[in-house]
Amino acid sequence: MAELRSGSLTGKNLHLSFGSNHVLRGIDLHVEKGTTASVIGPSGSGKSTLLRVMNRLIEPDQGDILLDGRSVLKDNPDELRRRIGMVFQQFNLFPHKTVLDNVSLALRKLRKLDPEQARTEALEQLDLVGLKHKANSRPGNLSGGQQQRVAIARALAMKPEVMFFDEATSALDPELVKGVLALMADLARGGMTMVVVTHEMGFSRNVSDTVTFMDAGLVVESGPPAEIFSAPKTDRLKGFLSDVL
Amino acid sequence: MDLLNQLAETFLNWEEMAKVIPSLILVGLPNALILAVSSGILGSLLGLLLAFMGISRNPVARWTARIYTDLFRGLPAILVILIIGIGLSPIAREITGSRNPYPLGILALTLIAAAYIGEIFRSGIQSVEKGQLEATRALGFSYGSAMRLVVVPQGIRRVLPALVNQFISLLKDSSLVFVLGLAASDREIFRIGNDAMANTGNLSPLVAAGVVYLILTVPLTHLVNFIDNRLRSGKPEKREPDELAAPIGKKA
Repeated sequence: MAELRSGSLTGKNLHLSFGSNHVLRGIDLHVEKGTTASVIGPSGSGKSTLLRVMNRLIEPDQGDILLDGRSVLKDNPDELRRRIGMVFQQFNLFPHKTVLDNVSLALRKLRKLDPEQARTEALEQLDLVGLKHKANSRPGNLSGGQQQRVAIARALAMKPEVMFFDEATSALDPELVKGVLALMADLARGGMTMVVVTHEMGFSRNVSDTVTFMDAGLVVESGPPAEIFSAPKTDRLKGFLSDVL
Repeated sequence: MDLLNQLAETFLNWEEMAKVIPSLILVGLPNALILAVSSGILGSLLGLLLAFMGISRNPVARWTARIYTDLFRGLPAILVILIIGIGLSPIAREITGSRNPYPLGILALTLIAAAYIGEIFRSGIQSVEKGQLEATRALGFSYGSAMRLVVVPQGIRRVLPALVNQFISLLKDSSLVFVLGLAASDREIFRIGNDAMANTGNLSPLVAAGVVYLILTVPLTHLVNFIDNRLRSGKPEKREPDELAAPIGKKA
């Protein structure tokens, strides 16, 4: 992971409504280059939607998104998403393709590598997540933890500047969570800029540099983990923490 | 016994069957396959287009597909074949310079098949989890490439059994082009059996024609079951040699 070229990411006053449902009500989130921001909060608070708005899978109604200090709202959204890797709760691997093809598809079609080079790079990525030996398997024959590691390799293969994790361990059996969290912690230590939506309070407290607590489409509190977990200021965060810890 | 003999004579007269079998195999079979395969391929292409129109965000495209599908699924095949085959024959004669009814027969069968195949494709594509499109787009693919590379291939796989079923029904419907009037060399399986029956008053040639259809369709229905099972359980995984060795060598 020597050639990380991560960048900072900023969301400014992001608003989004679905009809009368105001999902994001002016969110500000800043992630310094090479740091990890975790986003916590009750379900339905808009955490996952925030990630999708920040890589423009959903276009915000209002607000701005800056990557490395430059607004990307006018860029081609497809090109923006090539610079931001995303890992999903349900893995979303392509079941009709081999593990290797899952990782190399974007290398061939988007980074336009020739098949041999795409294969080599994909195998390198799989090696990093410890699954090179599964290259020719189908995702369906892998455990959930292995599938999620392949999904991480698939996202990393595009050499993104930022990584998003959307409750990446929520669908995993308890004994498989550790391996995926360890991989995420490795990435964070390696200097990747990461936004991690999570219910894993241990990860949030020990790995992330900042913690953002969201509720009902608003940022209620944010700060370094020590502050958020040891000295919560608002009643809502206190209530949330007493529910989950 | 007399009754049984009479039935056997009517349906299973080997002599009458033997007379008709060469032309069933040499003329009827290839013609039926030409009709079914060409309209199957064209119908699939048009069907795929209809499926995309059906899930399009553009209401005009959506409604066009909807109306087309309702129309061609709602009409009896024989009526469509007659209307197209006879109604368009002057134009077809002008363009192709021949009176061969096959182009129009194939067109009519294609239009009907496309309505069904379009619905099959649409349901297949829509059955693919939303996360697949989302994950592909998150990698930086455009909507079009994501559909083409990830969503549509999965959708089509899921509906392969339904597509083969549709081809079976197309094979049977191909018999209906007889209403357009066929020259001797253009006759398909049913028409050959039917003509022989009309000439001899014996039903055995039709029974022989039926058997030829069954020889085509029964293996196809079993192919459907095979594909269905395969899709359900997946291809048996090829294991790498070192993976087989690993659990043995591990604690040794």
